[in-house]
Amino acid sequence: MFAEYSMTELTSIFAMQGFAGLLLFSVFVLMALGLAIIFGQMGVINMAHGEFMILGAYVTYLTSLFFSNYLPSLFSGYFFVAMLLAFITTFTLGAFVEWAMIRHLYKRPLDTLLATWGLSLILQQTYRTVFGAREVGVTLPDWLMGSYAITELIEVPINGIFVMVLTLFITFCVYLLMQKSKLGKQTRAVVQNRAMAGAVGINTEKVDRYTFGVGCGIAGVAGSAFTMIGSTGPTSGQLYIVDTFLVVVFGGASNLLGTVAAAFTISQAQSTMEFFLSGSSAKVLTLLTVVIILMLRPQGLFTLKIRR
Amino acid sequence: MSALNAAKKPKDFVLSIEGLTVSFDGFKAVNDLSLYVEEQEIRVIIGPNGAGKTTVLDLICGRTKATSGAVTFKGQNLTKLKEHQIVQVGVGRKFQNPSIYEDLTVFENLEISFPRGRNVWGALFFRRDAEVINKVNEIASMIFLGDKLDKPAELLSHGQKQWLEIGMLLIQDPELLMLDEPVAGMSVSERKLTAELLHRITKDRSVLVVEHDMQFVEDIADRVTVLHQGKTLSEGSMERVKSDPKVIEVYLGH
Amino acid sequence: MSFTGLRALLPKHDLRALLILAAIIIIVMPLFLDIFRLNLVGKYLTYAFVALGLVLCWGLGGILSLGQGVFFGLGGYCMAMFLKLEASSPEQTSIQSTPGIPDFMDWNQLTELPWFWEPFHSLSFTLLAVIAVPALFAFIIGVAMFKRRVGGVYFAIITQAIAAILTILIIGQQGYTGGVNGITDLRTLLGWDIRTTSAQYILYFINAILLFACLLAAQVIRKSKLGRLLVAMREREDRVRFSGYDVANFKIFVFCIAAVFSAIGGAMFTLQVGFMSPSFVGIVPSIEMVIYCAVGGRLSIFGAVYGTLLVNWAKTFFSESFPELWLFAMGALFIGVVMAFPNGLADLYQSYALPWLKKQRLRLPARLGGVKTPQKTTE
Repeated sequence: MFAEYSMTELTSIFAMQGFAGLLLFSVFVLMALGLAIIFGQMGVINMAHGEFMILGAYVTYLTSLFFSNYLPSLFSGYFFVAMLLAFITTFTLGAFVEWAMIRHLYKRPLDTLLATWGLSLILQQTYRTVFGAREVGVTLPDWLMGSYAITELIEVPINGIFVMVLTLFITFCVYLLMQKSKLGKQTRAVVQNRAMAGAVGINTEKVDRYTFGVGCGIAGVAGSAFTMIGSTGPTSGQLYIVDTFLVVVFGGASNLLGTVAAAFTISQAQSTMEFFLSGSSAKVLTLLTVVIILMLRPQGLFTLKIRR
Repeated sequence: MSALNAAKKPKDFVLSIEGLTVSFDGFKAVNDLSLYVEEQEIRVIIGPNGAGKTTVLDLICGRTKATSGAVTFKGQNLTKLKEHQIVQVGVGRKFQNPSIYEDLTVFENLEISFPRGRNVWGALFFRRDAEVINKVNEIASMIFLGDKLDKPAELLSHGQKQWLEIGMLLIQDPELLMLDEPVAGMSVSERKLTAELLHRITKDRSVLVVEHDMQFVEDIADRVTVLHQGKTLSEGSMERVKSDPKVIEVYLGH
Repeated sequence: MSFTGLRALLPKHDLRALLILAAIIIIVMPLFLDIFRLNLVGKYLTYAFVALGLVLCWGLGGILSLGQGVFFGLGGYCMAMFLKLEASSPEQTSIQSTPGIPDFMDWNQLTELPWFWEPFHSLSFTLLAVIAVPALFAFIIGVAMFKRRVGGVYFAIITQAIAAILTILIIGQQGYTGGVNGITDLRTLLGWDIRTTSAQYILYFINAILLFACLLAAQVIRKSKLGRLLVAMREREDRVRFSGYDVANFKIFVFCIAAVFSAIGGAMFTLQVGFMSPSFVGIVPSIEMVIYCAVGGRLSIFGAVYGTLLVNWAKTFFSESFPELWLFAMGALFIGVVMAFPNGLADLYQSYALPWLKKQRLRLPARLGGVKTPQKTTE
């Protein structure tokens, strides 16, 4: 099947496919990071995670409208404001949901799954009512438009590069947050021994609320970044939720580095296979492989053996 | 194994553990441990927190897989068997926290442990006949719960739950009974009753107990093994162990 | 079975619940509903098979499968393949470029019937496949997952992924499966037109009878030691394991049973509604089926049927009158049931309706002069 391509063409095809894979990787990482915190650290399955992400996207959309109508001179920088607003909005909603719903269900993980699914339905319908069923897209500022030609055949879109850089930056921030910040340390303390953490004066309820909020907030930022490469509809979030869960589980749930590695593996596998097979077969094959690996190694790929 | 071990292993050891090691990411919770339990012996394992006592029980009953070493029970290598098979050859295990089925009645709790109909079809067509009912009644009165058969187990007191779990083991009639802190959290009177109970039920079987309560240990133990950092520190009668300077150093002295 | 055995299997309150349900489904519904509505109820009842399976699997055993649509779909597709082949005889499809194969295959440039379609020319093979294919699939998943102790939320996510995979596969392989439209335009079963009113009546009753057969089977399991073991496993899996049971086998068994129930429902769906499509297989329908069971009460086999009927009635009502509100209602239902009524309608009935009924009943004989002692609860 390679016969009809020349060597340079093949290289560029692989490069482009690799780039597409990297873009998918960015989306996975962005969605999975928040989930890895919520599921990995708190053991909570948040089926509405995709909807939190979409909320961030809609906030970005609204911000872009606001800037283009009232502050056109500052339009080139609207994205950074939007990202901040997206974080604040989703963080607030997340913390509220934790307070109203999640905290009552900590001992019943399967019920949490069902309840957050209910939440996701409500959010979806809210988006549909407010923004309409059609997908909306943001106008990119000039500096994100166009593409950068590496060679004659290989061109990469600038917005794609931007999202990747953003992904790296956010990942780094999350890493710092979990490893170095007070909240991160407290979260890990609460995860490891709730009673003890409480005994040394950590307000465990508050930590839970902030952790959940931050996880949702990261989803919001992810949604914000998502608008740079795609449009947003009420059900866009649901499309990725299962993939994202697989990424997180595959990576070993409580391990951020594992999450990133898993996202990389899955996205590259899928985009490479997409070149040889149809899109749906590639997806089926990827998901199937992941499921089979998870059956063989349920604890995920990157976990330590722990004492029970 | 070595000639020494072979010489040390006459027929009447029910359980022999040889060179047992398990490591969790390099940390050896149990390190080259050897232990022999004779028929009808009551052996108590003591040791400071983190000495690996519960891990030893986990290794015997298959809950944790050994990194190396052998556990032999009546000539069978237990490390090759699955948990339910280990139970079926005659090893019973009581957990540290009372582990019973709170949504079921005391009767049903005991009935589930009755050793019949242990596969899917057996359980589906299991009939509650006179044999089952008699046995459940017999065990229930032995564990002081004869009048509570129809009660949901969640209504029992902590001590009663511990007894119920012991009862669930008794109904299996194991040849080796392993108890992890059977009197933890019990009142003084419950402790006395439990010691009595243990004396009665250990007549025709071997028992391996992990316990912290020294009074209780002295009361029931034939022999005591002191574990420290996954290794045997001292072994013998309670008297001997108590006067062993190494034991005093790491355990009793502090 | 002896009389005492029967009494143990169906204690008085269960027998009463069964009779009431039977009266509603077999007598009241057909008498008071026109055939269009009755057919709709019949369709809802096919979901009740899934909910019933979930009572055993999730309610008793604590194993939440979010992929029951897979089995519903497998059963439904097996049946649909048979019916489609019957509707695609060379005479009926003479205008196609390849007569004798289903129309969607012809549209997708297939020129011969794929090998796995061949055996579905036979009704007896089809009926066997309706049961065996999902059971085998559930068995494989069950062995792979439960033997390796995958459980809880991991199991839920993986079953969900399987539902996603199967949907993508069905939609992607249009030529073999009919794609997103599914297998449509089904007409006859061995020459008997299933679209006529009389056929719809008959199918409704067959469906009802099968449902009651499954209810009885579920009751047998629930009342056996296996049923109590499932509850025990839900609470203390390790304790069951260390009482000498191979826990995985029990989980596999109950997961297969739930799959078979779902598949029967799926096959009856195809027969009554006249088509099968991937929209009954994927993530969304699968999780929706869980809510039927949750609303009725995850521990109650009769509750599962009422829950299914109620939620679907509400769904139809909303989609006819306020379509934009349905997702809000559904979302609220998920949250409300989980947070406020984790044991669903059955629990409401047990805690409020039943005591009230008992009080009424006790009052009556008291007035007549003789007090009956309250019924001793059966084991």
